[in-house]
Amino acid sequence: MEEIYIPLNKVNVGQTCIIKELKVTGKQRRRLLDLGFIKDTQVKVIRKSPLGDPTAYLIRKSLVALRKEEASNVLVEIISD
Amino acid sequence: MGLTCKSCKRKAILDIYNIVKANPNQMLVALAGNPNTGKSTIFNELTGLKQHTGNWPGKTVTNARGYFKNKDKEFILVDLPGTYSLFPNSVEEEVARDFICFGNPDVTVIVVDATCLERNLNLVLQILEITDNAILCVNLLDEAKRKKIQVDLDRLSVELGIPVVGTIARDKKGLKNLKDAIYDVCVKKIIPQPKKITYPKEIEDELQKLIPMITPLITNKINPRWIALRMLDGDIKILERISQNSYCKGACNHG
Repeated sequence: MEEIYIPLNKVNVGQTCIIKELKVTGKQRRRLLDLGFIKDTQVKVIRKSPLGDPTAYLIRKSLVALRKEEASNVLVEIISD
Repeated sequence: MGLTCKSCKRKAILDIYNIVKANPNQMLVALAGNPNTGKSTIFNELTGLKQHTGNWPGKTVTNARGYFKNKDKEFILVDLPGTYSLFPNSVEEEVARDFICFGNPDVTVIVVDATCLERNLNLVLQILEITDNAILCVNLLDEAKRKKIQVDLDRLSVELGIPVVGTIARDKKGLKNLKDAIYDVCVKKIIPQPKKITYPKEIEDELQKLIPMITPLITNKINPRWIALRMLDGDIKILERISQNSYCKGACNHG
């Protein structure tokens, strides 16, 4: 069974998804892991800033803002709208 | 106050190492934790100072220092900038990391936000890899109560192997317990025994090879296991900082 995951920055506001993979390595990966972006964690997209970047995500009960470039490295599967 | 030239990087870091105990009765206590967990509020309540507090992260950019007394000991309290991780991404986080690693505090108080413990515990585990002498201070218990979150402090203490104190710093609650816990750890009445993280066999094998090689090269202040782990990480910066640090000891006098 092959599933196609989408980057987190393509998920719409209000949708909830599950993290499946981090595309980065090294320092950037470490940073994402420190913020709680770990495989199988649930993330909800809360809102986008007026210019569309960055976007606020609810993860492990805390709100984290990621830039488009950072979020594009997080591959997710959408579970609900 | 924002970043000024003086509060930046090198000068600030040199400043950190300048903490000299006036007498052996003085104990060095570091306040660490994620951003916006109330470290500065606890700092003010314990020392009676009026260090600027505010409900936004990134307010404390360098370290502030204050004193308080409990029983027969005097404590130097250092308020560190908040950090999510000991793998720093900014100068402020670097300041906090360096102090915990090289400042050699007698005890590190890790302040966590009771409403999002899960995220805060990441830093706790990282600090416990460096030092055994740590106390967990679960702050903002009133906020947690409001959000209907219950924190089992005793269980947390058993799981982590360090003393855990619950506080509501804003209402001055639990601070007596915190002071007593700091005292007990400093006089070695309580010896925290944090549970160590065991890594997969490949990593542990390498660690066992590295640790005996590193140990004779460093002062006993720094945990060799932690340095071995950073070397496996490929963190060159930390190695530079260690050599800088030993250089720093001689150079600080005119800093």
